[in-house]
Amino acid sequence: MKRFTLALAATAALALSVGAAAAQEKLKIGMMVTLSGPSAVLGQHQRDGFNLALKQKGGKLGGLETEVVVVDDELKPDVAVQKVQGLIERDKVDIVTGVTFSNVMMAIAKPVFDSKTLLVSSNAGPSPLAGKACSPFFYAASYQNDQNHETMGKYAQDKGFKKVVLMVPNYQAGKDSAAGFKRHFKGEIADEIYTQLGQLDFSAELAKIAAAKPDAVFAFMPGGMGVNLVKQFTQAGLSGKIPFLSAFTIDETTLPATQDAAVGLMGGAQWAPGSTLPASKAFVEAFEKEYGYVPALYAQQAYDSALLIDAAVKASGGKPKDKEAMQKAFRTAQFDSIRGPFKMNTNGFPVQDFYVVKVVKRADGKFQTEPVEKVFSAYGDVYAKDCALN
Amino acid sequence: MSLTLLAVQTLNGLQFGLMLFLVAAGLTLVFGVMDFINLAHGVQYMLGAYLTAVLARVTGGFFSGLALALPLTLLLGLVLERLVFRPLYARGHLDQVLATFGVILILNEAVKLAFGAAPISVPVPDLLSGSVLLMDGLLVPVYRLAIIGAGLGTALLLWLVIDGTRFGMLVRAGATNAPMVSVLGIDVRRLFTAVTAFGAMLAGFAGAMVTPILSVEPGMGDGVLILAFVVIVVGGVGSIRGAFLAALIVGLVDTLGRSFATDLLKLVVSAPTANRVGPALASMAIYVLMAGVLAFRPAGLFPSRSAG
Amino acid sequence: MSRTTRDLLILAGIFALLAALPFLGLPGWVLTYTARIMAFAICAVALDLVLGYGGLVSLGHAAFLGIGSYAAGILLAENVDDFFVGLGAGMAAAGLYALVTGAVAVRTKGVAFIMITLAFGQMAYFVANALSEYGGSDGLTLWSRASIGGRAALKDRTLYFVILAGLLLSVAIVRLVTASPFGAALRAARNNPERVTALGYDVDRVRLAAYVLSAVLCGGAGVLIANLTSFVSPALMAWQRSGEFIVMVILGGAGTPWGALAGAFAVLALEEGLSLATQHWKIVFGALLVLAVLFTRGGIAGLLDRSAK
Repeated sequence: MKRFTLALAATAALALSVGAAAAQEKLKIGMMVTLSGPSAVLGQHQRDGFNLALKQKGGKLGGLETEVVVVDDELKPDVAVQKVQGLIERDKVDIVTGVTFSNVMMAIAKPVFDSKTLLVSSNAGPSPLAGKACSPFFYAASYQNDQNHETMGKYAQDKGFKKVVLMVPNYQAGKDSAAGFKRHFKGEIADEIYTQLGQLDFSAELAKIAAAKPDAVFAFMPGGMGVNLVKQFTQAGLSGKIPFLSAFTIDETTLPATQDAAVGLMGGAQWAPGSTLPASKAFVEAFEKEYGYVPALYAQQAYDSALLIDAAVKASGGKPKDKEAMQKAFRTAQFDSIRGPFKMNTNGFPVQDFYVVKVVKRADGKFQTEPVEKVFSAYGDVYAKDCALN
Repeated sequence: MSLTLLAVQTLNGLQFGLMLFLVAAGLTLVFGVMDFINLAHGVQYMLGAYLTAVLARVTGGFFSGLALALPLTLLLGLVLERLVFRPLYARGHLDQVLATFGVILILNEAVKLAFGAAPISVPVPDLLSGSVLLMDGLLVPVYRLAIIGAGLGTALLLWLVIDGTRFGMLVRAGATNAPMVSVLGIDVRRLFTAVTAFGAMLAGFAGAMVTPILSVEPGMGDGVLILAFVVIVVGGVGSIRGAFLAALIVGLVDTLGRSFATDLLKLVVSAPTANRVGPALASMAIYVLMAGVLAFRPAGLFPSRSAG
Repeated sequence: MSRTTRDLLILAGIFALLAALPFLGLPGWVLTYTARIMAFAICAVALDLVLGYGGLVSLGHAAFLGIGSYAAGILLAENVDDFFVGLGAGMAAAGLYALVTGAVAVRTKGVAFIMITLAFGQMAYFVANALSEYGGSDGLTLWSRASIGGRAALKDRTLYFVILAGLLLSVAIVRLVTASPFGAALRAARNNPERVTALGYDVDRVRLAAYVLSAVLCGGAGVLIANLTSFVSPALMAWQRSGEFIVMVILGGAGTPWGALAGAFAVLALEEGLSLATQHWKIVFGALLVLAVLFTRGGIAGLLDRSAK
C-alpha cells in the first residue's frame, strides 16, 4: 500500500512537472516601437538590436522559447494605448519592451502597470517614472532622459565654457533637455532657443547663434531635425568655429544623412559604437553583419534589454507567468551590459557611466561616434530620491 | 537684436517664402482653374525631392539629378491626373479631398517601402557651396541665395507665361470663369491636364531645390502642404500674384516671429515666461495671420474671381 | 419600406449590436477598442451636423475633442474627480471656444472656412503643447479615472455603457435638430442662403449655433476618451486628427442618418485590422479610399441607397 502511494505521488509529481514545463516553455514579449513617420529609423534600431540578441541566444531568453510581437505605436499616444492593451489582453505578453518616445511611454505606463506586466524600456526614460510615479514593474535598460543632457552640461562646465547657447525643440523633452544641461553648467546661458517640433530650416536660429558668439552651442534635435541642423550648421560656416555639443542629435541614425557635415561634432551618451570594450566590439561587428548598417545607442539599449530580460527570466526560475517572482527577479538580475558597468537603481533606472562622444569617419567610409572622454562614473539620476520604492 | 541679425532673418524669411511660393503656385493654379482641391500636391513635392536625391546619387551630381527629376515629376503629374484627378473634376470638393488624401497615404508609404524610413541626404553642389559675406557679420550660404534666385526666377517666368502667352490667357480666363472658357470652344480637358502636370512639376522643383538643406524623408510634404494652403488662401485662390505676395508674407512672419517673438516678449515679461510663451506664439503666428486675413477678407488679399 | 423606416431600423440594429457586445463573452480588448471607436464616432456624428447638413467643412474639430479631454484631465490632475463635473467642464470649454472662434469662422465659406477652422484648431494645439504644468507635449497621465458620486464606478464595462449612451444621445440630438425647423434652416443655408434670410433667419447665427452644438458634443467625446485611455496629450488635437474625422464623415456618407457613424467604424476598424495584417497598411487603406471615391458616390450610406433601387 505504501509503495503504491509513493508511486502515485511520483506519477502525480511527474505529471505536474510535465504540465508545468508545458505551460512555461514559452516567453511572450510585446515590442512597441515607432516604425512610422520620420522617426521610424529609431524604432528600427531598437527592433534590430533586440532581435540580434534573441538570435544569438538561439531564439531563447532565460532558457525559454521566446516569441516577440512587434507593434508600431505610430508616435500617437492614444494609438499606443490601444495597441498595448491588445498586446496585454489579446496576445497575453509577459513583458512589454521597446518604446521610443517619452509621450508614448507616459501614455502606456498606466495600463501596463495596472495589468502587472513588466515594462522594459529600451529608450524612453521620462522623469515622472523615475521619481514620484516610479513602479516596481518598470525597468529601463537605457538611461533617464536628463542624463545625456547633464553629461554635456557637466562637460561644458569642466571645459570652462563661459557662455553657451541652448537650442531645443519646443516640447516637453526639449524643455527637460535644457533643464538637464543647466543642472551642472554654471556659466552664462546667452540664449535659450526653442524651435518648433519638426522644424527643418534653422537659418533663423543659426544667424542668432552666429550673432551671439558663444563659447559653445548645445543642441537637442532628434531625428530629421538633427540632420538638417548639422548640415546647416556646417554650411553656415559655424562648424570648427563654435564647439557643437549635443544629445540625441548626432548618432548612427542621422550620420548616414549628415555624412561629413557631422565629423568632429560632439554628443553625450552612455555608449557609442566606437567603444573599445570587447563585448561592444563583438556586438557592433555582429550587428553590421546581420543588418548592414552601424548600430546607434538605440540598438545597443535594445540589445541590453534582451540581455536583462534573459537574466531576469532565468533568475525567476523560468516562470514568466508568476508576476511576483518576475518582478523580484528584475530587481536583482545581473547581466553583463555591453556598455560596461551597469547597475539597477532603486527606481528601476540604470546607474552607469556617461561619455562625450565624437563623430569620426571610419576606414570603410562609414560614419560613427566614439567615446572620447568619460564625464560621469556610476551616475544615477536625480529623481530616484523621490521614488518610494526600495 | 542687431540690425545685422534683422537683415539675416529677413533674407531667411524671403528664402523660406520663395520656397513656399514654388509649392503654392501649382496648388493655386490647379485650384483656381479647375476648382480642384489637390491634397496630393505635398507628396508631389516629396517625390521631386526623392527623385532628385536618388538620381543625384546615381548620376553623381546634383544638377544632373535635378534635370532628370523634373521631367519625371511632370510625368508623374500626368499619370496622377489621368488616373485619379480627371474623374473628380465634376465632383464635389469633399470627394476630391478624400481621394487625394488616399493618394497621400499611398505615396508616403510607397516611398518608405522603396527608400526606407531613414532620411536621405544630398550634398550641396560644389558650385553653390560655401558662403558669402554680405556685410560685417552677415554670412549667408551661397545655396540659400541660389534658392532665392530660383524662386524669383520661377516667379518671373510664371508672370511672363501667364501674362504673355495664349496658355497663360486661358489659365487666367479659367481661374476667373472656367465654364465660360469651355463655352468658347477651348479644349478644357487638355488645358486641365497641362495645368496639373505643370503644377506637379513646380512642386517637384521646390522639393528638388530643398534637398541639400532639408532632410528627404517620408511625409516631408505634409507640413509643406498645409503651409501652401495657408499661402493660397491668404493670397486669394487662383491668383499667382496673390500667392507670391502671401508666400513672402508667410515666410517673413514665420521666420521673424521665430527669431524675435521671445526677445520682444522679454521686454514686457520675465525671461522664463517669455521663454515659455514666445515659442508657442511664434508657432501660431501664421495661423493668427491667416485667421485675421480671412476674418476681414474672406476671399483673401488678392482674389482672382470677381464673384469670390 | 420607406427610407426613413429603413434608416431607423439600421440605426436600431447598430445600437442593439453595440449594447449586446459586452454580453457575448468577448475579450476585454475588443470592448475597449469598440468603446474608443464609439467615442470618436460621437465627434464624427457631431461634425456631420455642420459638415453634412450645414455644408461647413471644419478642419478643426479635433481641437474640441482635445479641449474636452484637457478640461477633464486637468480637473482630475487637480483632484476634482467627479465625472459629471468633468463632463460639464469639457463640454462647456469646447462650446465656449467654438462660440468665440465660430463667430469669426461662420462669416467665411468654402475653402476659407476649412482654413480658418484649421487655424483655430492649430492655435489650441500649440497652447496645449505649451502647458508644461500638465505635461506639455508629453501629455498628462491620469492615474485614476473619474468617480461617480464619490465612488470609483467607472470600470471598463461601465465606461463602455456610458460611452454607448453618449453616442446614442449624440445621434438622437443630431437627428432631432436636423428634423426641426432649425435644421431646415441650416440645410437651406447650405444650398440657398438668400432664402434663409428671406425666411427671417440670420444665416450666420444658424451656422454658429450648429457649430457650437457640434463642438459641445465633441468636447463631451473628449472627456470620455480621456477617461477611457487615462491619458490626454496634444496629439489628440493635431490637424491630422481633424482630417480623419472628415474622412470618416465623407466615407460614411455626409448628411445621412447613419453615415458618419458607419464611417467612424469603417475607418477605425479598417486601420486596426489592416495594421494587424501588414506594416504597410497605409498603402492598402489609401487605395481603398481612392477606389471608394472613384466608384461609389455618397459614401457607404450612398452605396446602400443605390443598391436598394
